[in-house]
Amino acid sequence: MNAMNPMNTSASFRAEALTSGFAQGRGVFIEPLSFWGGYDAETGTVVEQSHPAFGQTLAGVILLMRRAKGSSSSSSVLVEAIRNKTGPAGIVLCERDLIIAIGVIVANELYASQIPLVLVSSEDFERLCKTSGVIQIDARAGEETARVATASSPAL
Amino acid sequence: MLQLSERDAAMLNADAGSGVALAMRIVTRTANVMGADRLIDITSAHIDGCLYHGAASLDFVERFVQSETRVAVPTTLNVGSLDLIHPELYQGEPSTQRAAERLMKAHIELGCESSFTCAPYQLKHRPKLGDQIAWAESNAIVFANSVLGARTSRYGDFLDLAAAITGRAPYAGLHVTENRAARILIRVADFGALSGRDVFFAALGFLLGKAAGASVAAIDGLPSDTTEDELKALGAAAASSGAVALFHGIGITPEAPTLDAAFQGKPPARVIDVSLDELRAVRRHLNQAQPGETLVAVSLGTPHFSVTEFEQLSALFTTFSGALACDFYVNTSRFVLWQLESSGIADTLASRGVQIVLDTCTYITPVMKKMSGLVMTNSGKWALYAPANIGVRVAYGSMKECVHSAFAGKVCFDERDEPDEHISQL
Repeated sequence: MNAMNPMNTSASFRAEALTSGFAQGRGVFIEPLSFWGGYDAETGTVVEQSHPAFGQTLAGVILLMRRAKGSSSSSSVLVEAIRNKTGPAGIVLCERDLIIAIGVIVANELYASQIPLVLVSSEDFERLCKTSGVIQIDARAGEETARVATASSPAL
Repeated sequence: MLQLSERDAAMLNADAGSGVALAMRIVTRTANVMGADRLIDITSAHIDGCLYHGAASLDFVERFVQSETRVAVPTTLNVGSLDLIHPELYQGEPSTQRAAERLMKAHIELGCESSFTCAPYQLKHRPKLGDQIAWAESNAIVFANSVLGARTSRYGDFLDLAAAITGRAPYAGLHVTENRAARILIRVADFGALSGRDVFFAALGFLLGKAAGASVAAIDGLPSDTTEDELKALGAAAASSGAVALFHGIGITPEAPTLDAAFQGKPPARVIDVSLDELRAVRRHLNQAQPGETLVAVSLGTPHFSVTEFEQLSALFTTFSGALACDFYVNTSRFVLWQLESSGIADTLASRGVQIVLDTCTYITPVMKKMSGLVMTNSGKWALYAPANIGVRVAYGSMKECVHSAFAGKVCFDERDEPDEHISQL
């Protein structure tokens, strides 16, 4: 079914695609983060001191975040991070979020980035968080349903 | 499934130019994310995109400038990163200053008004009850929805400008009558007779944001003489501690003449009682200072000071003689300052050492002379954001306490005798 898939998937989930793209990377779970005031788009690190992910990078990862939080200026910071290649490669949320979606859409319009943003159920989100390895998102243009898959081993 | 009008489709098809097509793609793509089934006309827009976040901010706007695109509806601008009238106040990097200035001016080239205020509802022409608008800036959104009864969702960077250029917005969220019904009832103890009550409105707003998140709440028990400035403080704090975009004040705000009207006939999903002790506890929570600690500055006007607030401040200043003992900043808009010219209030305050900051705000950009140490404010929003944004500590008190403290050069509170209990609802 997935000819472009180079990894052995151990599990696969259906997701709602908010933006299209194909991404593969290390899955990184974080608590809700406001990109504005919380993420440095130049260095690509979480800078909110009280955040559990403080100091971590989100560059190139598949970001697993239940929901977003904070200022609508977060759209700008996300676009800036995507422009600087310090942003995530793909994003998985449980709750629909306009601020994140606008950031991904505008980055696509300005810089032709293809970052899939998908929604999964709370149960599937839990399962994705439990896998320590690589996650793949396949959200094809024009299709409302995307596929999210986890690798059976972290090594590709 | 989103249904486009003929005109929408024409815009998407670049019949009105590539800039309009880009704006329309952003509007329609976000409409799809929101699950809107159609777009509606808007009568005004307020843009939060002139605060500089990096090169992407400029890349976006310059695409429209280059394609000679213009906004389609009356459009005001939120604060920028600098005071264009007093550029010498800026203490940051010169390269950032140049880019930030270009960002502000590029928006004017698109046909936006050079308002540069977070309180566009203090301008002469403001939306009316029932007007469909696309506003950004969290405190402006909550004020427009709650106090004016205009209808806007929580717009933010990019979508605000895209809506202004197309004159269209997704018909979803708070544009829709049913979504404006209150879900949560907050019953607050009567704090109307307390002195320095401005801080209690902000404290109530802080609790509202924590309790409601993004849900619509109705507040029962607001003083019958509640002013617009007090609702401004309440809303700004609620939109900072939570994602509040609309609240109703029973008997106070236009969509809530009665409890039943605010809830559109349905029962509240949740009822929360707020005591005076809880409001006092929030006030202590926002305050990081002890009485008697030395102040480097006082900052008022977040959101931007109104004419009435300037009159109150001016009256407070007449009760103190001598010089200020710390820096004193008031953030406001050019338009409010112009209205003050005839009364001479601004000149009098300036002659006593007050620095009036225009076009921007002291908590988002380096304009204060001293950026470390203790700064006092009466703004719940400033108290929440300034420590992380600019690295200062915050003393939090009423406008009266702020003025008293500024002349003393140290933190002075009027009442410090309450027990130090915890806030149960935080």
